[in-house]
Amino acid sequence: MNSVNDRSRDIGEFIPADDDDMIICRCEEITKGEIRRAVHDGMWTLTEIRRYLRTGMGLCQGQTCSKLVKGIVARELGISPAELEPATSRVPMRPIEMHVFANEAKEDDDHE
Amino acid sequence: MDMRIEEHPILGVQEKGKLVKFTYDGKEYEGCEGEPIAAALKACGIMIHRYTKKEHRPRGIFCAIGRCTDCVMVVDGVPNVRTCVTPLKEGMEIKTQYGVSDKPFSEQ
Amino acid sequence: MKRYDLIIVGAGPSGLSAAIEAAKRGLKVVVFDENEKPGGQLFKQIHKFFGSKEHKAKIRGFVIGEQLLEEADSLGVEVVLNATVIGLYQDKEIVVKIGEAINHYKGDTVIIATGAAENMVTFEGWTLPGVIGAGAAQTMMNLHGVKPGQKILMLGSGNVGLVVSFQLLQCGCEVVALVDAAPKVGGYGVHAAKVARTGVPFYLSHTIVKAEGEDCVKGVTIAEVDEHFKFIPGTEKHFDVDTICLAVGLSPMSQLLKMAGCEMEDNPKRGGQVPICDEYGRTSIPGIYVAGDVSGIEEASSAMIEGRMAGIAASEYIGYIDKDEMDAELVKLDAALDGLRQGMFAPANRGKTITETEEGIPISTNLLKKGFVADDEIERYPGVTHKKGIHPVIECTQNIPCNPCQDACPKKCISIGANITSLPTVVENETCINCGMCVASCSGQAIFLVDEDCGDGTATVTLPYEFLPLPEVGTKGDGLGRDGKRVCDAEVVNVKSMKAFDKTNLLTIRVPKEYAMKARFFKAY
Repeated sequence: MNSVNDRSRDIGEFIPADDDDMIICRCEEITKGEIRRAVHDGMWTLTEIRRYLRTGMGLCQGQTCSKLVKGIVARELGISPAELEPATSRVPMRPIEMHVFANEAKEDDDHE
Repeated sequence: MDMRIEEHPILGVQEKGKLVKFTYDGKEYEGCEGEPIAAALKACGIMIHRYTKKEHRPRGIFCAIGRCTDCVMVVDGVPNVRTCVTPLKEGMEIKTQYGVSDKPFSEQ
Repeated sequence: MKRYDLIIVGAGPSGLSAAIEAAKRGLKVVVFDENEKPGGQLFKQIHKFFGSKEHKAKIRGFVIGEQLLEEADSLGVEVVLNATVIGLYQDKEIVVKIGEAINHYKGDTVIIATGAAENMVTFEGWTLPGVIGAGAAQTMMNLHGVKPGQKILMLGSGNVGLVVSFQLLQCGCEVVALVDAAPKVGGYGVHAAKVARTGVPFYLSHTIVKAEGEDCVKGVTIAEVDEHFKFIPGTEKHFDVDTICLAVGLSPMSQLLKMAGCEMEDNPKRGGQVPICDEYGRTSIPGIYVAGDVSGIEEASSAMIEGRMAGIAASEYIGYIDKDEMDAELVKLDAALDGLRQGMFAPANRGKTITETEEGIPISTNLLKKGFVADDEIERYPGVTHKKGIHPVIECTQNIPCNPCQDACPKKCISIGANITSLPTVVENETCINCGMCVASCSGQAIFLVDEDCGDGTATVTLPYEFLPLPEVGTKGDGLGRDGKRVCDAEVVNVKSMKAFDKTNLLTIRVPKEYAMKARFFKAY
């Protein structure tokens, strides 16, 4: 078991910091303090953080904040960011309106 | 304050679309047809594209290539339009976006 | 579902290069790109590229972009724009949003050439309008002809930060400072030097404390940081700016590969989350390839070669060429790529501290800390020599893979030799004819033609000049030193603009002869 999955590991108490009110996820307006707190609430993977706080779930789909969030979570867990599994990649990779997403092109009205 | 580059030492005089009129929060402005809405606003010195939903903080152009979605505005009644990759057209109605609405928070 | 021999995602330098190689070999190729225009970042690159002839050196990026597009078009490559790939599945089915509809395609091979996304840093006020990415600045000024701001502070001294700072100056913006938390300049010394000599101050070991302003950026405060990147109290400096530009690195945009199920790794040396792949871009899924920044952050020249490799490998995979033909082609491209991955800034040297050039000459510490080579350091480099009459002075002080100057001189006055990273030397017995081809050919703008003693107490210095307005003969102004500070009076005595110079104008200034080796830029009164 690696250190990420060993949930019995003691990562210490949440210690407030001066920059806790810094916005990290620009779309959903999630702060550094919220992310750090979430780690202490037991959210140790990026997927859990996403579901718990909605970081990277806004309009840009994590284009800007993914790397920042990863760095903060890794630091809080005392591991290197490379040890953290990135959040799942899935369709759609870009923001897309539902009426477009549901609109399958017919074979004959291809772009040609 | 003119933000347009008249002549560039390497690129020369850049080809732009014809001048068209559009409105920003009801006021009339001019821009070049086909350029991104964000470029037209920037050339007019407009910095604020929207105010965020939770904190009501101002946002503007950030990535300019359609990734960060910070520059979204209400365009012709449609919210969340990425102005940095949406071409300007004659008569467009462009409005500051408050949360996901074109109504200021006090009126929502 | 429509089928193609090869589907490429991304019409940048690597994607287009891959398309060209595959189409040449008979494959039916389509390239999808989410942008309105093809070419990726090439059309924002207005500087002359480094490298050698085979790498398209001394050609400006946007011209290379036009060449690639033309070649792809002539080979019948289908480039679909405004086509956003929203998914890639293991069996090489690809989902693309085109217009208002979702389309599905199947590729017998797929090359992912999606490039990279910009990294960001946080500081107080970083969400204010006026804080932008360096890519945004390039897009606004070089694609749309709109200045990103009037007074700008640049954060990041890598090649992107340096090149974009120079581009900002070229379009008429004021760059008030170039700031980096690292203790030394990250990009090419020649890129730094051409920014520094215009008068932009460099603040290494500094970073942004906060962006100031209520509704948009009105100013910025920076401060010095210690070796743990913590602010040192009392070192704060304030600048009035309307724009803060962030150039703090790139990350591969590799999400499609992860979705497809390619084996991935987090490799800081390659810029982050990247697919595990071999040197020709083959991922863990047969038939899926990668090329360019998505497989590890480098630059456009190597991306083009990687693209060609992947295009050839894909052609072999589905049987359009045999293995022998592929191997023969790849050996040549290997050599070309190897040539680019040499020198101080080679991927293998990332993170290393290099104190001496390959020739055993100490690296300029001033260049790394302040962006320019100090007057007492410049004499030790082999391109800096003295002789009677006009002669080239080559202020090229770091080993980078670049050699156009050697071919540019019709009199063979400049020599680099077989090793592309060697510092250029001035050949002793050859006579300079003052043609200026070397000055214009140097992508780093590091070559000057100097007549140290005109016999009347003055000297002339011919320098590369890519700004507007172009001063006229007779214009009087300041001769600026390598640090961008005034050193003496100067008068423009000649202005040369030629097609062969490709937009680099040559300005000859007359200065008192004791400043022949000091004056390196001109600013009209």
